[in-house]
This record gives sequence, C-alpha cells and structure tokens, in this order.
Amino acid sequence: MARIGVDVGGTNTDAVLVDGARVLGAVKTATTADVLGGVRAALAQLLAQTACDPAGISAVVIGTTHFTNAVIERRELQPVGALRIGLPASASLPPFVDWPDDLAAMVRGQTHMVAGGHEYDGRPIVPLDLGAIRDAARRMADAGLAAVAVTSVFSPLTAECEKEAERILAEEMPGASITLSHDLGRIGLLERENVALLNACLQRLARKTVSAFADALSGSAIDAPLYLTQNDGTIMRAQAASRFPVWCFASGPTNSMRGAAFLSGLDDGVVVDVGGTTTDIGYLKGGFPREANAAVEIGGVRTLFRMPDLLSIAMGGGTEVSADGSRIGPQSVGFRLLEKSLAFGGDTLTATDIACAAGRVDLGDRARVAGLPSDVVTRSLARMGEMITEGVDRMKSEAGAVKLLAVGGGSFLIPDQVEGCSEVIRVEHYAVANAVGAAIAQASGEVDQIFSNQTRDQAIGAARTEAERRATAAGAAAGSLKLVEVEDIPLSYLPGDARRVRVRVVGDIA
Amino acid sequence: MRQVERDELEPLATGAWILGAGGGGSPYLAYLNMRRLYADGARVNLMDPADLADDALVAVVSSMGAPLVGQERLSDPALAAKSVRMMEAYLGRRFTAVMSVEIGGGNAFQPLLVAAVTGLPVVDADAMGRAFPEAQMTSFAIADLPMFPVTLADIRDNEVIVARAASWKWMERISRKVCTEVGSTAATCKAPRTGAEVKAHGILYTTSQAIALGQEVRRARAAHEDAVAATLAAAKGKLLFGGKVSDVQRRATEGFLRGTARIEGVHDDRGAVFEVAFQNEFAVGWRDGRVVVTTPDLICLLDSVSGEAIGTESLRYGQRVSVIALPAPAILRTPKGLEHVGPRAFGHDTDYVTVFPGHD
Repeated sequence: MARIGVDVGGTNTDAVLVDGARVLGAVKTATTADVLGGVRAALAQLLAQTACDPAGISAVVIGTTHFTNAVIERRELQPVGALRIGLPASASLPPFVDWPDDLAAMVRGQTHMVAGGHEYDGRPIVPLDLGAIRDAARRMADAGLAAVAVTSVFSPLTAECEKEAERILAEEMPGASITLSHDLGRIGLLERENVALLNACLQRLARKTVSAFADALSGSAIDAPLYLTQNDGTIMRAQAASRFPVWCFASGPTNSMRGAAFLSGLDDGVVVDVGGTTTDIGYLKGGFPREANAAVEIGGVRTLFRMPDLLSIAMGGGTEVSADGSRIGPQSVGFRLLEKSLAFGGDTLTATDIACAAGRVDLGDRARVAGLPSDVVTRSLARMGEMITEGVDRMKSEAGAVKLLAVGGGSFLIPDQVEGCSEVIRVEHYAVANAVGAAIAQASGEVDQIFSNQTRDQAIGAARTEAERRATAAGAAAGSLKLVEVEDIPLSYLPGDARRVRVRVVGDIA
Repeated sequence: MRQVERDELEPLATGAWILGAGGGGSPYLAYLNMRRLYADGARVNLMDPADLADDALVAVVSSMGAPLVGQERLSDPALAAKSVRMMEAYLGRRFTAVMSVEIGGGNAFQPLLVAAVTGLPVVDADAMGRAFPEAQMTSFAIADLPMFPVTLADIRDNEVIVARAASWKWMERISRKVCTEVGSTAATCKAPRTGAEVKAHGILYTTSQAIALGQEVRRARAAHEDAVAATLAAAKGKLLFGGKVSDVQRRATEGFLRGTARIEGVHDDRGAVFEVAFQNEFAVGWRDGRVVVTTPDLICLLDSVSGEAIGTESLRYGQRVSVIALPAPAILRTPKGLEHVGPRAFGHDTDYVTVFPGHD
C-alpha cells in the first residue's frame, strides 16, 4: 500500500507518494494563506503526475511547522486563561513568569491561582477551593476567553484537581477549549504549565488548520485516514492533533532527518537541511534524530519536550549577501525570493544568486548574475562553507569523519567537500525530504498507568508488552518495534509497591 | 561588601547547579525569583567573611526537602524569609548577615532570597562547598559546633522550632520528620553562627567561586568551546566516563530522593558500564562493578554537549552524559570529615575512593 506524505511549510507545500522503499512521485506547490488551497493543489498534482489509483492509498500523513511557526512568529495565537491550582504553594512564580514579554502580553488573558493541589505522597496540600475556581471561570467567561489551561501541583501523580476544575469550567464556560496539564507533561510544574498554555493558545488555529487538511483530503479522490506527525516522528490521528497541537512541534526537522535517512539508505550521519531562511543541522543515529538533553525552548518558552537536537543557523537560499561577499545574512528575503533576488529580476544579492553565478544551480535568469565579480562569488561561497563546517563541528559528538546528508531546497549551498565529513551525499528528491519523512512516519504505542503488587521489572515488562501490542494495532511491524521511552515513578502513598509506569514504543509501518 | 550584579545571577545558577553534584535541586526556579526581585528594584550585597565581626550573628538558611518536590512546590522568597524572622523572634536578637548551608543547587540562592526581602547582606561562604542531604553533613557539624535551635516554616502557617537536640543526627532525624510531614519541603534557619565560627569553620568564598565557574561555563558555551572541558579546567576536575543513560531507578522516601542510574559507555568508554548511586546527590560511582569514586568528592553528571548539570531528579533514559569528579573541600576529607560525609555515612560499605592523587 502506498502512502502520501505532505509537508506544509511556511513557503512551500510538498507532497510525495511513497510505496515501500520507492518514491513514486513528488510535487512542490506554494503554501496558501488558507493552507487548504496549497494542500489541495499538491494532492491533485501528485495524483496526476503519478497516475496512481487513489484507492491504493492507505494513508495521508501531514507534517506541518504551522503551529511552531505561529508561536515563533507570534501570530494567530488566542488569549488564554491560566488556572493554577496549588496555593499557598508556588505563589511567587505565577503562570507566564518565564515567558518572553511580547509573547506573554499576547497570550495572557487572565491568570488565576487558587488553593488546592497535591503533595508528592497523594495527600491534598489544602482542600481544593471549588468556589474560587467557579469565580475564576465566571471572570474568564465574562472576558470572552475561549481557551483555558489548567495546571495543578503534582497532577502527573493525581489528576483529581484538574479534572474537577474541568467539570466546573465546562459548566461556566460552555464551548471553551480546556487543556489539562497532566495530559501533556510530567513532573515540573512550570514547564508542564508552559506546554499547557502553549497548547491552549493554539486551539483556534489547530481546529482551523486540521479541518482545512481534512477538507483538502475529502475534496480529493482519496479515501484514506488522515494523520499528522508528532515531534518524535510518529503519526497521530488528525483529531488528536486538533486537541493537542503542541505534539506537532518540531515534527518538521524530525521528518526531514528521517526522510534523509530513507532517501540515502544511511542510518548514521549529519543531516544538513538548507531551507529558504535557515539551515538546520542535526545528527542521525540508527535512523533517528539525536535528541536534545536539556529543557527545550519553543519561541522562548521553556518546556520539557523531547526534541531533536538541532542547530539552526541563519543561512538559506534567500539569505542576503553583502556587496563584497564577506557577510552572509542574517537577513533573508524569505518567500519573496522570486521577486527580490537578482536572478529573478530583483535588486537584492542573495545566496541563491551566488550559487547561480558559480554554476551550482540553474535558477531564474543566469545572465542577470553573470556580472558578479568572481572574487565576491568565491568569498561568499567560502564563507557559507565555513558556516556549515562550523555548525557540523559544533554538533559533532564523536571524533572521526562522518557522512553529510545534504537535503532541502537550498542544499546547493553546501560545498562538495566539508571539513570533518568523509563525503557529502546528495540524494534524489532532496528538496522534499521533509514530505518523504512524513510519508514514512512510524506508528507508536504508549502505556501510562499504575501497576501494583509486582516488582519494578515485572511492571515495566507488562507495560512494554501492552505498548507493543498497541503499536502493532496502530500499524507498526512487529519486528521493527523499538523502546523509546521508559519512566517509572513510585507512588509511595498507594499500597503494594505501586508505581506509575510510562512506556512508549515505535515501529515502522507494516 | 559589594553588590551582586544582575548579570551574575544566571552564572550563579549555572555554577551552583554543577556544584550540587546532582542534588540541591535545580537553581532555575530560585533564580527566577531573584530575577523578579531584581526587576522590582531589590539589590543584594555580598560580604567578605573576613569583614564579619567575631560576635556578629549569622543566619544559616536552607530550603530542605526532596529535589523532586521542589519541581512542583516552587521556591518562595517570603517563606525563606519567614524561617529567619522566626529565629530572630525566638532568640530575641537580630541577625547581622545571612549565609547558605550549601552552595550546591537551589540553596545557593536561599540567602539571596532572604537578603532581597530583609535587606541583610549575604556572607560569601557556605558549610559544605557542595550539596549534601543531611544536617550533620556540614563543616559546622564536623567542627562539633552546637546544632540548635532550628526553625522550620511551611506554606500553611505551620511553624516549628526544634529548641534542642541531643546530637546533629538527632537534629537531622527530628527536622526531617517535620519536613516530610509538611510535604518534603520546608524553609529552614539552622543553628545561628557567630562571625568567629563562620570565619573558622565555614567554607569560604564559595558564592564567588560558583559565580566564576558559571561565568566560565557560559563563556565556553557561547564561544562554542567544549563546555565539559571548561568545567574541568575551571574547577580542577577530572573526566570519569562518557555515555548514555540506560536505566534510572528512583524512589522518594523519608524526604529524600534515592536511587541508582546506569550509564552505558560511548567512544573511549564503549563496552563499559558506569553505575552511580544517589541520595539526593550522587554518592558512589562504579565502573564495571568496581568503585572508582565516592563522596565527598563531587560526582557530577553533565550534559555532554552543553555542559549543563543534570540533577538526580531530571536524569532520564537516553540522555548523553559526561561523568566528572571535582575535588572536595579539605575539611570534608579529614578522618572526622569522612565520618560525616564519607561513603559509609550513606550506607555504602566502602572506604573513600578519590581520583585526586594525594587526597587519600
């Protein structure tokens, strides 16, 4: 069965048709403001190009940077009511305390801190203040807020307070989107609250975007389930993505790295993905992106997400180059490349113009860049090569030369020889690696439950078996299952050596 | 006396987190509190211990509890100051200055939080030179100074004063019970010290050292240099192992976070396994089953790329870590010191093992 992978980026919407190990077709269209048009056009072009039978398509998988970009670019975010349950604890650090000022000003509708929450051993801190929650709900309803994030102290161990608050909020604010922090995060009040707040401020955009994806699909001849990719490179139902848009964060880089692995047939190497405005450098280990260890910031907000360990440098096809070629960026003409750059008749010298003049790529009208002094071309190409070499070196965690996998629409900026790399590998379909990564996204199975009256090994073993069963049921091939996450927290307040066990396994689509 | 500058707060958090040896809790939340207090106009002065009068009265403060709890019940300056006010009321005397019981982890900031609220200066010293989980593990305890009275403040208006205790260990047992009962986190003011005691038995200039260490690590990180190597150079440490965390067992009991972690080697350490046991802080490290390092040397796990310290509560499956050792202050390495803070004090049946020649 063939799968369609779609990458909805800020500039382009790409689609590919993948069957087993073969890429049967690939198209690139412009992203439209309504998202819908671009996806619809890409699907139609792909079907026409490959002349494939729509009935033979088993799934459409969309990867999108839409939600991450909305946070980074501070657009289409809705104001949120923050409800923190835990007073008198944690009072000096209110919700949004470590957010960048501009983003907080945009998202902070109201903040309420009320008494309640739990201790680590399951006892209440103080009785839950139901009256205060109802008051807060009414004030948020009066202000017209339509999204609320609820975070209670120690909710990953006991979600009681958050669920009780949800019940009251639903009564007082019918129709409002309610995000409960225990659905999204683990221990770490501020980071979990941050993720819940980010999720809440994306609710309207998520509903709009996911329904646009669904409309684009239903308007096509394809009758297959719709999935979105998550940050760990696995798929989730479109419905889940619409409730939990934060799970799509960073799925773009994950897809491009997994796509690079698929296209090159290599499992290890450094992936350099050159886009229009930035270059992302990441490490591929055993076919998966290496993960970042520490707290990850999204648009300046600290979270505990598991994300690929990435280095972004301000260099891409649209990056501006100084007249003497010595300075590259950080400004970029971005998606206006086709009107601004010299090769396309504009008046701005960009990285793409340099590559055209050097004969690395044939774009636009080469006659327009023929007059560039050769020393300017040489100098700026050398500088770009240095930037990539430095980036690769920074991300390297082992001595010796590695293979460099060059992907992305601007990968012609990568020189054929990079210091510290044994070779630079360019693959077919390099410009749509991202969509390929979406098409081959994996299925996952997760278990998060309390086990008691057994040893730790037995509990983890039982959780793993169940997670594997769920992954297989979700379409993963049994032989490809891999444990990606295991975590247990002993619950000393429950009898029988009780522990909460979280296990996640992923596998290739069968 | 000099003012602590705003741009020294973040380096202090970075440096103190490394000196926490896995414990003491991440200083991030306490740092956020300080950043807010500084934004509201508060300023804190750092005092050279040499400038303390012999009869000065110094408050020794800490936030006590399990680091895991500190991630949910967050650091609070008002509560920190409350334990000090309780002590002043009990003694009927005012403090001259305030200092930390431990420079490692979040408690590096505890005296700064108190100072920002009360206006007292912070003494550039602590009583561990790192972090340790228990009251008798201080240089003051090793010097047999009196261990009482101690005040404990809880967010719910519970205030406890331990007026006397038969020994340092009794003080630890009694205050730990109180702390556990109120949720394994309480603000405490330990037995007050005179200026003479601080000068003779404190571990001096550790706040400045933590700031300098943090500045060096942050500089290396910004310059894209090897941040782990920068830490080793700045703190005269040794690299013990590089690998990937393959298992973490943790349990929060009796107000502590106890457990073990297993790290599988990469690169030069491929094929080898490093195991490390912790009780809030990392206490003993084994390479392929053989003890290679023990407390009181500081056993620290750093993110192999950023050099950021990783605490026993944030250690998790799949992390790539560098295990390093930093030398312990001399007082902790004396026979008397080892009775208080050596591996046997943590229930490990082994003698002190160090990687620093001339130390054992």
